[in-house]
Amino acid sequence: MAPFAVALEIDGAGAHPAAWRRSAHTPDRHFDPDRLRRLGEEAERSGFTLVTLEDDLLPGTAPAGRIGSPERAAFLAEVTSVLGLVPVVPTTYTEPFHVSSALAALDHISHGRAGWVVGSTPDVAAARAWGRPEVSDAAGLRREAADSVHVVRALWDSWEEDAVIRDVPTSRYLDRDRLHYIDFEGATYSVKGPAIVPRPPQGNAVVFAAPELVDPVQADVALVSGRDVAAVASAAPNAAPRRFAEVEVALDTAGQTGAERVAALAQHADWPDRGRLRYTGGAEGFVRLLTELAGTVDGVRIHPLVLDEELPVLAKSVLPHLRVARLAAAAPSGQWLRTTLGLAPSVNQFATTEG
Amino acid sequence: MTRTDRNDVPRPDAQLHFGVFFQGVNHWTIWTEPGSGSQIAPESYRAVAQTAERGLFDAFFLGEGLRLREINGKVHDLDVAGRPDAITQLSALAAVTTRIGLVSTSNVTYNEPADLARRFGGLDLLSRGRAGWNVVTTDNAWTGENFRRGGYLDHADRYRRAEQVLGAARAIWDSWADDAAARSTDAAAWAREGSIAPVTYRGDLVDIEVTGSLPRSRQGHPVIFQAGDSSEGRDFAARNADVIFSAHGYEFDDALAFAEDIRRRLAVAGRPADALRILPGSSIIVGDTESEAEEKARWVREQQITPGTALAQATLLWNVDLSGYDPDGPLPDVEPQEQDNSGAFGAARRPDSRATVAQWRDAAAAHGWSLRQTVIELGQRARSHVGTPAGLAEKFARFVREGAIDGFNLSPYLVPDGLDDVVDSLIPALQERGLYRTEYTGTTLREHLQLPPARAGLGVPPAAQFDREASPVAQK
Repeated sequence: MAPFAVALEIDGAGAHPAAWRRSAHTPDRHFDPDRLRRLGEEAERSGFTLVTLEDDLLPGTAPAGRIGSPERAAFLAEVTSVLGLVPVVPTTYTEPFHVSSALAALDHISHGRAGWVVGSTPDVAAARAWGRPEVSDAAGLRREAADSVHVVRALWDSWEEDAVIRDVPTSRYLDRDRLHYIDFEGATYSVKGPAIVPRPPQGNAVVFAAPELVDPVQADVALVSGRDVAAVASAAPNAAPRRFAEVEVALDTAGQTGAERVAALAQHADWPDRGRLRYTGGAEGFVRLLTELAGTVDGVRIHPLVLDEELPVLAKSVLPHLRVARLAAAAPSGQWLRTTLGLAPSVNQFATTEG
Repeated sequence: MTRTDRNDVPRPDAQLHFGVFFQGVNHWTIWTEPGSGSQIAPESYRAVAQTAERGLFDAFFLGEGLRLREINGKVHDLDVAGRPDAITQLSALAAVTTRIGLVSTSNVTYNEPADLARRFGGLDLLSRGRAGWNVVTTDNAWTGENFRRGGYLDHADRYRRAEQVLGAARAIWDSWADDAAARSTDAAAWAREGSIAPVTYRGDLVDIEVTGSLPRSRQGHPVIFQAGDSSEGRDFAARNADVIFSAHGYEFDDALAFAEDIRRRLAVAGRPADALRILPGSSIIVGDTESEAEEKARWVREQQITPGTALAQATLLWNVDLSGYDPDGPLPDVEPQEQDNSGAFGAARRPDSRATVAQWRDAAAAHGWSLRQTVIELGQRARSHVGTPAGLAEKFARFVREGAIDGFNLSPYLVPDGLDDVVDSLIPALQERGLYRTEYTGTTLREHLQLPPARAGLGVPPAAQFDREASPVAQK
């Protein structure tokens, strides 16, 4: 049984739309690579299992932009050594071929620490930004997500792991019988393959997705929403190999309670209800909540109210308690993210049965 | 004729600029040697980039292929294949290098401009102004089979699409005012009202509306590289590029003629003659003596042209199945067939196969060469500058001071150590002669290349400049 996994969402300033007002950095430092570096180092040192990085081609409002998540994750791969790196990559208008290549590269660069939060882009402004036909209905978003996951996984499988043979006597670098055309034919496009990037170290990077968007059997980890533990428990799909609860958190800090901090930010903006479990209060209570959740799900993804404020509290007063209780590991313990999460090795759909 | 007085040349103080092209997908990267490392492990990329940075190179350069190469409908299995997504790999290298430029080859046919602009903008910020974009086009539907749109672009539209993609990307890079993001958490808003201009770009091949996600980097825009050698490609470069990655860097007269042609085209485009750097692709083989260098070059060539590769090269030229022929026997006695231009083997095909085959036969008969020996001598080759550090330095002094080139984009034949000789022995010889920097004087790729900040960029109020309909189609 794998330890309870604790993921941290590190995009932007925090889960609250006005979080930037309480950040330790000003907006003009938002794109500073040193800030990203320190964030990755701190998340790893604190013992988080992995970080996720929200993304979309369309900018938000505060912050009004972000560097692409695969680029940020690749940068973090060089400044961390065990932390899982899991960018959000949308599927509605992106090219599955490019998505597959970027995530495979991330897995190579990080020696098997890559994951993918399957995203979607309901805002039709994205269609005009991409120059593609609009996809606006839920069924269309689900179709594009399902096709992307299918194609991306097939491309990861299109090179068997031993395809590079370097056989000097026959002058062959590759065994072409260990490369496979995927010949995908979907409702809106087709993809031939094979990939241009060799099979990722993990076989398939770990695929995270909300069950509302992607059929849980297509994912490795279902990201489960629900306003309380019971709702999370009933929404967690049995078909998914692993289930993580989505948790928004406003913790008490040295000078203020979580509730006071939320109230202060409420002067600027409301904190929209995304249907997720939300905890406001002290670290001890949050540890109790996580302990309770550990009986239901395999991990959590934490969305902090204000990243710069919650992260030190999580590092000092939450994660150590989980370690003392032997609920969470001191650091990701597997050779790959996949093994850290207790997932089975990837099976290659195209594997040839020779020897 | 070489001028002897160093002041009697057009550019007496010119210095060389080097890039390194981390190769792979072609037969010049030797993979059969024990010293040939992984073509995918991050350690290989880090090692080459850091060696180049130690050698004060301007840039580390990655190629791109969007479909594995094929011969006769089968994946080509003789050369290195497989490589990381370039922008992703370079974003990682941004964290472990501090000065060297990071250049990705990215195709404008099967990428969309808003996405590319954002990916390059992100790399430029992560590297603090060291990003470059080698703009390439393709029209082939064979590559398109991996993408949503499939093949869609006519050959004639390749560079029109490129120009529109680049135009849209530049508008996106310029869409943030330099002071858009607030300098205080007490500001009225995260971004100053009106400081981020929505971009509308209307062309027949690019028609988009997007709000940019990123501010400009220190260098304004990523540096634009261009490698096409056709007349259209040269004009595109003269209008748009900062650097030409040319194929004219071996014969002095050929290099100078190319450079003068580019300068004429620059003048037509209304740009100054020094607005663009010319970095031919090249390989450099260094030895302590001329004969040692020649011997090494010979060895490299033999490693590159394995028996299987000799046959594959001949198959490409003949366009006939030659699998029954012995690479160590005589040249095939069949006649070559018309070439296929599907793009399945990149740009490797030769235009006039009959004449080339006739030439090969004559040479083979005259020297008693086997098929493999003929390919080694005459086949498609990664030509090299071969010599001692001092000899090469003198040779390159003429090239650069006469204005034939600005430097080279070097392709080591071995990963990851193939650049060591150049950095350890040639660079000091160049430095002694004042032909090469002794330290980095700037921090951005534009500064390394001695290029001015991006043209459309710094200081222009973006709202006034770009919130309008561009009409690139009307331009000629």
